[in-house]
Amino acid sequence: MGSLGRYLIFMVSLFRNRERFKVYVGKFFEECVLIGIDSLLIVSIVSSFIGAVTCVQTAHNLVSPFIPDYIISMIVRDMTVLELAPTITCVVLAGKVGSHIAGQLGTMRITEQIDALEVMGVNSASYLVLPKVIAALVMIPCLVVLSGFLSIFGGLVAAYLVGFMTEQEYSYGIRFEFMEFNVYFAVIKAVVFAFLISSISSFKGYYTKGGALEVGLASTAAVTNSCIAVLVADYLLAQLLLS
Amino acid sequence: MIEVSNVVKSFGDKEVLKGISATFEKGKTNLIIGASGTGKSVLLKNIVGLIEPNSGEILFDGRNLFTGTLEEKKNVRKDIGMLFQGSALFDSKTVEENVLFPMDMFSNMSKEEKLERANFCLQRVGLENVNHLKPSEISGGMQKRVGIARAIALQPKYLFCDEPNSGLDPQTAVTIDELISEITHEFNITTVIVTHDMNSVIGMGEYVIFLYKGLKLWEGTKDEILDTTVPELRDFIFSGALLRSLKK
Repeated sequence: MGSLGRYLIFMVSLFRNRERFKVYVGKFFEECVLIGIDSLLIVSIVSSFIGAVTCVQTAHNLVSPFIPDYIISMIVRDMTVLELAPTITCVVLAGKVGSHIAGQLGTMRITEQIDALEVMGVNSASYLVLPKVIAALVMIPCLVVLSGFLSIFGGLVAAYLVGFMTEQEYSYGIRFEFMEFNVYFAVIKAVVFAFLISSISSFKGYYTKGGALEVGLASTAAVTNSCIAVLVADYLLAQLLLS
Repeated sequence: MIEVSNVVKSFGDKEVLKGISATFEKGKTNLIIGASGTGKSVLLKNIVGLIEPNSGEILFDGRNLFTGTLEEKKNVRKDIGMLFQGSALFDSKTVEENVLFPMDMFSNMSKEEKLERANFCLQRVGLENVNHLKPSEISGGMQKRVGIARAIALQPKYLFCDEPNSGLDPQTAVTIDELISEITHEFNITTVIVTHDMNSVIGMGEYVIFLYKGLKLWEGTKDEILDTTVPELRDFIFSGALLRSLKK
């Protein structure tokens, strides 16, 4: 409970005594590159393979002649858009982005760079963390949308390579009984996950004490705590928005 | 002038500062000395506002960093420059960007004026042609100089240095001490330095306070310190082989 209280106080401190707006703009774009652009490769690889594997495994399990083939791509679509693209992408990002944020802030803390900001009169939490959180809120949903597309494309490639479906059947299944809300749901999840990953990792890094060992521990704690928070939020959002 | 009155600071049950009082005058190099763990750095962190004391008062020319309004606190902070033990340069920024940083944050100067001021500060600390290097690409002594250049960028009234020559070779350490001393007199700054290096004390100790187990046991100047009769201070001064042999 103590940690939760400190986390909430930390989040409030991001919005108190803010610096000039101009100061945040440059840092926001820097963070967008670090969080978004630099994660494109890993997200693309993971998403493509998730889609491909989902397609192959679904096809392997649906062997009844009474089930049309396009159902396979429909299942791929719903699984990836509803669950795999947002959740797996964000778990991967919790590892990549979360450890980066915690490591960076932890190192700044132990090398007195955060103290230097405070002595100058800069609200270090706001200056360092707010651009990261906002950049994550913008970039991670974009990555999740991209992940959804690539997962579906990965499924198409797998279906084509294995030869159990034609391109037309796959495409028909993707469009069959499509619900727009599923995409909104994925984006809502991505926004919530982005906030959890960026804020929890920042909190863990910002309050690092000690030396190199503690920076490593803070990074590990950032990743594990973010992953757990993402999974809990995933369940709660599903319960809240789908039931 | 900085007035420290009866400052007490505890961490849990451990009382680290037990009512420290001192007056650090303008245009002087004021030193806080003592062995490791006596509360020197804690006192400095209290003075610059990184830690709030449990009781006592710290006044910067009559202005209190802890009780003023937000605007008043910001105004005091703008007058403070600090050199950290490990320099604390922002490693994602170049040397020039580090020196520009306080001006980017707090001044309304034009880009050209800021660049001119940054180059002046870097030249003043004896650095040239390093503007576009990262802190990791320059030596420890140069990093200290950049730290000083950044600290004086906004023309501060108060300069704080935490162990400014730790980790440096003796010659570079003396150069850094001389630079701090010159800057203090040239810009008429109130400088407070935490150190346990007796070379620094003998070189620039215009006002020295000695801390021992959270208490101020002695105050005076570099000319008086070698004649002290305080046993703890004598032990501290003559703990080094060189001064011990001179004493004999």
